[in-house]
Amino acid sequence: MANEIAIGQAEPGCKKVDPILIADNVTRQFGGLTAVNVDHLEIPRGQITALIGPNGAGKTTLFNLLTGFDKPNTGSWTFQGKNLAGMPSYKVARLGMIRTFQLTKALSLLTVIENMRLGAQDNPGERFLVSLFKPLWRVQEAKITANAESLLERFKLDAKRDDYAASLSGGQRKLLEMARALMSQPKLVMLDEPMAGVNPALTQSLLEHIKDLKTNGTTVLFVEHDMHMVRHISDWVIVMAEGKVVAEGPPAEVMKNPAVIDAYLGAHHDTDLGTMQIKVVKEDKK
Amino acid sequence: MDWLNILNLAVSEMINPISASFILCALGLSVHFGYTGLLNFGQAAFAGVGAYAMVIGILTFHLPILLALLFALACSAVFALILGIPTLRLRADYLAIVTIASAEVFRYFMTTIGFSSVTGGASGLSQFGDEFWALNPFTFSGKVGFGPFEYSARDWFIRIVAWLLIAVSAVFIWLLMRSPWGRVLKSIREDEDAVRSLGKNVFAYKLQSLIIGGGLGSLGGMVLVMNFSTVAPQNWVTTFTFQIWTVLLLGGAATILGPIVGGMVLFLLLSLTQSIMSGLVHLGWLPFLSDPQVGQIRFLLIGLALMLLVIFRPQGIFGNKKELQFNG
Repeated sequence: MANEIAIGQAEPGCKKVDPILIADNVTRQFGGLTAVNVDHLEIPRGQITALIGPNGAGKTTLFNLLTGFDKPNTGSWTFQGKNLAGMPSYKVARLGMIRTFQLTKALSLLTVIENMRLGAQDNPGERFLVSLFKPLWRVQEAKITANAESLLERFKLDAKRDDYAASLSGGQRKLLEMARALMSQPKLVMLDEPMAGVNPALTQSLLEHIKDLKTNGTTVLFVEHDMHMVRHISDWVIVMAEGKVVAEGPPAEVMKNPAVIDAYLGAHHDTDLGTMQIKVVKEDKK
Repeated sequence: MDWLNILNLAVSEMINPISASFILCALGLSVHFGYTGLLNFGQAAFAGVGAYAMVIGILTFHLPILLALLFALACSAVFALILGIPTLRLRADYLAIVTIASAEVFRYFMTTIGFSSVTGGASGLSQFGDEFWALNPFTFSGKVGFGPFEYSARDWFIRIVAWLLIAVSAVFIWLLMRSPWGRVLKSIREDEDAVRSLGKNVFAYKLQSLIIGGGLGSLGGMVLVMNFSTVAPQNWVTTFTFQIWTVLLLGGAATILGPIVGGMVLFLLLSLTQSIMSGLVHLGWLPFLSDPQVGQIRFLLIGLALMLLVIFRPQGIFGNKKELQFNG
């Protein structure tokens, strides 16, 4: 089936029409375990791409590698044509590639609005000598605050503006983290399990926000476990298992892919366990 | 017991130069620990580096007092860089270990005979204050003042200088912490990785914080040795560091007024317990104690008070209670 995102057949590592992020030969080993081993991967620009896979597939590790939070054993990758390999995480973020975390990192003892203000880039008041003189950063700070307030309104957090982030619920913290990531107008937002631990009512609004991002021209890459959620909003799905990309394609097709079913349910998922011989080794008692 | 005398003495202790120097060191620690979350257990070393650098600047390099002060601040910044560059990329606990160790290294280094022509070795250095005391504008003889605050011209001068330094430092910290720069520091205290993911160079901010807090500690050290008119290695023992921590926790870690009031209260309490207990000893009410023992017992009581404080009022005198109600 033809699609507008990939060039040619949708297969693991296929070329995209307009990639924003291209990774080559990225590997990461933890001792003897190869957590990530990706030959070639391209993330399409302006689309919502889901990265799925069973536990331990290396999704979060790949996120950490791409954003500079972890160092790979081998590999190189480019973001909008700029080589990112070996670049510290804060510089990656400055280039417009902002991530969130699986375990939400709201800055608890700062207020919601302060959390938001922190997300902005190029604030002159964040330089040491400039910070001492308020007139030098007041204007920019006011601009940032206005921007933060409109984002908070969009995420329905404006009532919480002056509350400590610690007082928010788990779902609200996810929203805050996402809103904060948007403060810098990133080109690519990488969301690590944005739906985890969020109640169903809030999930719907989170999904809407992710769709809004695409409407505004932001590329989204997100990690998720729930297949139904993925089918709902993503334009493209990448499936990882045991560190490798095992399948790629539009959601409807990927779900039918035997490699995906194997990865999720095991290659022998239809074998009747009752017929298998299970050997129980008893521990010797002293 | 003469209660008025005891009270007068205690109140006058609140603004003495020693408490001022503790307050300056605690303000630095507030920048480190309270705002940035850096566990610095070697504030005594920063104070010591500042004090020694100033004295060596005066005695060995014959610098005028103001240049010696700048030289001392530069030395403390270099010390912060030496400590910070290898450790600030690691987890917070490592900095704690390195700072406590380096404070000891510094003290032993100053004790060695090899450099005693410059450092004075174990006996330290003295006779460096002539130029400082010559700046004293007060010329009256005898004691002048009001209520409990009656001092000689020399005592007034050092107190005014020390408290001016505190005032300037407090305003400096206030300006920093209300700014976006201060916001980044506080965010680093909460979660480094989150700050990194938002495009801030966390390492550079932590280094800046270490240098600024260390510089304030150096000022504290300089005030202390100017008051004593001598500098020696044994001034900078770990006890000194922990007394600074007491001042900080007493007042409240992430506050500016906290360390200032904490320092005043600590010295008020030390003086009160000393006077009252030695009074009781003289009256024969505490037959199991001797006069010299009182000096030690009061630290025991202060330690107990600090424990109770941390358990029942962990935010200190001025801390924001709300900030401690969450464990998020």
